[in-house]
Amino acid sequence: MASVVAILDLKGKPLIQRSYRDDVSPSNLERFLPLVLELEEEGNQVTPCFSSQGINFMHIRHNNVYLVAMSKRNTNAAEVIVFLHRLVQVLVEYFKELEEESIRDNFVIIYELLDEMMDFGYPQTTESKILQEYITQDAYKLTVAPTAPITVTNAVSWRSEGIRYRKNEVFLDVIESVNLLVNSNGAVVRSEILGSVKMKCYLSGMPELRLGLNDKAMFESTGRTPHGKAVEMEDVKFHQCVRLSRFESDRTISFIPPDGEFELMSYRLSTPVKPLIWVEAAVESHKGSRVEYMVKVKAQFKRRSTANNVEIYVPVSDDADTPKFRASTGSVQYAPDKSAFVWKIKQLGGGREFLMRAHFGLPSVKNAEDSERRPPITVKFEIPYFTVSGIQVRYLKIVEKSGYQALPWVRYITQHGDDYSLRTALEKGSAPIVPM
Amino acid sequence: MSAGQDAKFFTRGKIQVRPAKRVLSLHPQTPASFQEFRQELQDAELKDKKFVKRKTVLKKIVANITMGNDMSPLYADVVQCLSVPSLDIKKMVYLFLVSYGRSKPEQIRYALPSLQQDCNDRDPLVRALAIRTMSYIPLPAVTKAMIDPLRHCLQDKDPYVRKTAAMCVAKIASYDLKILEKEEFFPLLKDLLLDPNPVVVANAVAALTELSEKTKSVSFGLDLQAASKLVVALADCSEWGQIYILDSLLTFVPQSTQDAEILTERIVVRLQSANSAVVLTTIKVLLYLMNYMDDRRAIEVLCRKMGPPLVTLLSSGPEVQYVALRNILLIIQRRPTVLRNDVKAFFCKYNDPIYVKIAKMECMYRLARDENAHAVLAEFVEYASEVDLDFMRRAVRSIGRLAIKIESLADKCIEALLDLIASKVSYVLQEAIIVIKDIFRRYPGKYEGIIPTLCENLDALDEPEAKAAMVWIIGQYANRIENADELLDDLLYTFLEESIEVQLALLTASVKLFIHKSTSETAKNLVHKVLKWTTEEIDNPDLRDRGFMYWRLLAINPAAAAEVVLCEKPAISTDTDRMERGALDQLLLHTGSLSSIYHKNPETFIRNVRGKALTDSPALNEASRKVLISLPPETHLTIETEPPPLPSRNAHPQSPSLPPLPSATITPTATAGLESAALSPDRLLNNNDEEDEQEDESSSDEGDAGSTNPNHGKNQMRDPYADLDGAFGSYLNDEPKPLEGRRLDDDLLL
Repeated sequence: MASVVAILDLKGKPLIQRSYRDDVSPSNLERFLPLVLELEEEGNQVTPCFSSQGINFMHIRHNNVYLVAMSKRNTNAAEVIVFLHRLVQVLVEYFKELEEESIRDNFVIIYELLDEMMDFGYPQTTESKILQEYITQDAYKLTVAPTAPITVTNAVSWRSEGIRYRKNEVFLDVIESVNLLVNSNGAVVRSEILGSVKMKCYLSGMPELRLGLNDKAMFESTGRTPHGKAVEMEDVKFHQCVRLSRFESDRTISFIPPDGEFELMSYRLSTPVKPLIWVEAAVESHKGSRVEYMVKVKAQFKRRSTANNVEIYVPVSDDADTPKFRASTGSVQYAPDKSAFVWKIKQLGGGREFLMRAHFGLPSVKNAEDSERRPPITVKFEIPYFTVSGIQVRYLKIVEKSGYQALPWVRYITQHGDDYSLRTALEKGSAPIVPM
Repeated sequence: MSAGQDAKFFTRGKIQVRPAKRVLSLHPQTPASFQEFRQELQDAELKDKKFVKRKTVLKKIVANITMGNDMSPLYADVVQCLSVPSLDIKKMVYLFLVSYGRSKPEQIRYALPSLQQDCNDRDPLVRALAIRTMSYIPLPAVTKAMIDPLRHCLQDKDPYVRKTAAMCVAKIASYDLKILEKEEFFPLLKDLLLDPNPVVVANAVAALTELSEKTKSVSFGLDLQAASKLVVALADCSEWGQIYILDSLLTFVPQSTQDAEILTERIVVRLQSANSAVVLTTIKVLLYLMNYMDDRRAIEVLCRKMGPPLVTLLSSGPEVQYVALRNILLIIQRRPTVLRNDVKAFFCKYNDPIYVKIAKMECMYRLARDENAHAVLAEFVEYASEVDLDFMRRAVRSIGRLAIKIESLADKCIEALLDLIASKVSYVLQEAIIVIKDIFRRYPGKYEGIIPTLCENLDALDEPEAKAAMVWIIGQYANRIENADELLDDLLYTFLEESIEVQLALLTASVKLFIHKSTSETAKNLVHKVLKWTTEEIDNPDLRDRGFMYWRLLAINPAAAAEVVLCEKPAISTDTDRMERGALDQLLLHTGSLSSIYHKNPETFIRNVRGKALTDSPALNEASRKVLISLPPETHLTIETEPPPLPSRNAHPQSPSLPPLPSATITPTATAGLESAALSPDRLLNNNDEEDEQEDESSSDEGDAGSTNPNHGKNQMRDPYADLDGAFGSYLNDEPKPLEGRRLDDDLLL
């Protein structure tokens, strides 16, 4: 639980704050940034939770603001940090952006939200859909017809009654993000697939939904045999609307959805993944004069798929200059701010491979302080109509007592995760690339 | 939703409200500006369609509160607005009251009638708002005025009001416990546990849990039936409510192993929650209940189920990852089968923040074993060429620890360290020397061949710890290093300017050199020179005394001196570096909390808080009972503890400033004690240091899991927290420790 929750600007000045408990004075907020700076100065890591003079600070950063919670007790830090993230989410959904300006522009409503989202330091309602039903910009409407926050404590606390759409539709997006790490010897050291099923739900009334996936455990528990491949998900997380007990007993995913957009579930697979896009680079550096790169990219997926917006970041040392590029496809740019050059390929067909060459000048005097850092090559991409895990939506059943027909739409996409990296930029001689 | 444009109130509040010439004044709330606010409010009463004007003025006032300007002089004027039938305005006035109500006890009576009236409003939103606002104003008059409304609200027909009222009881308890007892609110609150609405139940649970910590008149312990009822409510309450209910399950002490098993089966599905805090709290309850289970299969199944959710937490934001990692470090010490095969999940991502990387590296080290050691080493080597210095140094150090932990990998680790030394990067070099010294002690007679390589880099060492380590190596192996006397002589050149750590090492090394090469004239001169310096020119009593001691020893009986100084040292290992099992059990009761991040029990960093411990019951399994830590008697509750230093300093046990070798406390003979004293001079310097004492404590616990040690009883008398020492004493648990006292309790730690 938190005693004080505040949003600070980058200078450490509180933009808005709310005190929930008297045991911590809000004036302690002034100590936050100096403490952070002091830690940094002493070469210590600034961790998300730290304590000073009996007060525990928990914080996250978003754009140009800090969100800080203070407590004197042995607080559930996981709860407070998740709450701060949720606060960001709610404020973003209310004001599109969360930054100094939007906080000033909406301070009255933020006070209301802070009052509603946490009581006595205990997080309460943090679903922005629900909050928006009774905390709005033009609240004078409420004076005309005060609406009770029924849904806050409804049996179905995430959905209001009486929602109506002329056309009932559901959109499902199955998005898989691939994280992987390839070592300098070309072996995949670590790989994981983070899947997410996002839903846009435009349905009237109180619909009951049931989602069927080609989930291996489901087939096993029901004793049925799948048509085609079944996927083994290592860990599944659900939105609170999903009946976990049903899932636990027979792996059925049944729920009454919230209205609008939300993430229904996420899952993780750590089965080994073959790199969908393979990149390697041969580096030939002539200390004090120039460095040359030969980069090879290969699309290691089926021909019928295409990767879009492929971006390959190859690291170069900070002091490189006068770049020259030659690529067999796409375009190459130098990105000194990222200490890399970027090879962009709009469309990369499955099974294709391409080469590019880069040439940089190096200053004749080498900075002695420069240690040998070797950042990995990173890749961004998206492959539509394809899931790397092979997961598929088998059905989405929608039942509402009025008996309307609703159309489900499903889209699949596989993309890079936050860490798709290859340590395959090698000095020439150590592992030669065979020219095509 | 369209964005608001209220930022103008911040500027207007400053410029329009005050006469232009005062704009630069540091204190904008001069009487004149208040006068203007007042005037504006009064003017607004006329022709105020939909109260737009008054709303604008109030917004300006709230904007000023936000900027930290004291608006309390406007109290009476603002309170007057309560009569306006606008929810918007009401909310702003309430906000004003929460901010300034307590500072104007004599004026609160103007606001009370409206507040009380709102408690009976037909809109539940307003009722809840009013009661919530009142409970935030800790004035006796307000408390008294809200007694009746609160009683009604606790039984309100709307669950939103009931859940708000439940929290209000906890709030009042924080400033006026007596009135709650007198007015018999606790039974009303307890009734809410049976409320049909799960959100109300959850808030009642949270309120009762807090009250039970505060007063004896509320006891909140669950039996199986009550616990089961709460678990049923879990399914339908909000994610936060789930946390409050799960938390309360720790008050349930299973009387039979079946009870514990049944409960775990019912809550294990919460691991599938999308909320990381729910997942961690579920894990806390599962770990707790596992102490009361004896079916090994069932325990194993639970351990297997905990792994994947923990790994998934590592895909959340860095802050959550950090909390998860600090907890995982504890969990895998207590239940090594959890995540046994998942070391790869901890490999660092290039863009992870450093604090996450460091926490990951600790977990990787902990999870390393023969089967995965190569992969782990390859990662560490990769990290050793990172840009961040702190991270890089820890990586080098981890390679050394890996060598000590996993014998089959020692060769490869040494190879890696030599490669790093060849890179000639100063920081890497110094770290490498420090760990190699420990490796020598772990594998005597195996790697001394690399000493010449180390000696080549002597000049590059400028950090005390590295220098001291190198000096130790030279002294210890003076008989194998041909030019040891020359090397030492060079090092002694700056003796008087060195730090105490290096001086102590130099002193001992010179004595060792002399004993090894007693015939050598240089050695004799050297030791003489050093002894003379230490006894005549040094002010530090530790160094001086040690100088005298060596001198006497050498003068009286050189043979005995050789035995003392070059006695066989106990080999070190990291096998026993796990935290005490009992301390772990205790610390894991705080999973997900600050305590679990700092790796300290809450009573060590929070005043006036009672610690938690497992409660004995017939179901408590034998292994857990053996290491059970009992809480100190309650009379000690008010003992003040030092506020902890910044955790990040403590959080990383290998920070270079800590004593380098823990062997000191355990060495069995006096002679060995002398030797190790030479190794870790810090001990001599700060032997009143808190951490030192704790280390003593934990190491004396080593052999018998901390129950029958006679010292223990004594300490308990003196210090009520003596039993807890293990928890933070073994905070240095990543340091190598002697091989003795290895407990073969792996089989107990499923």
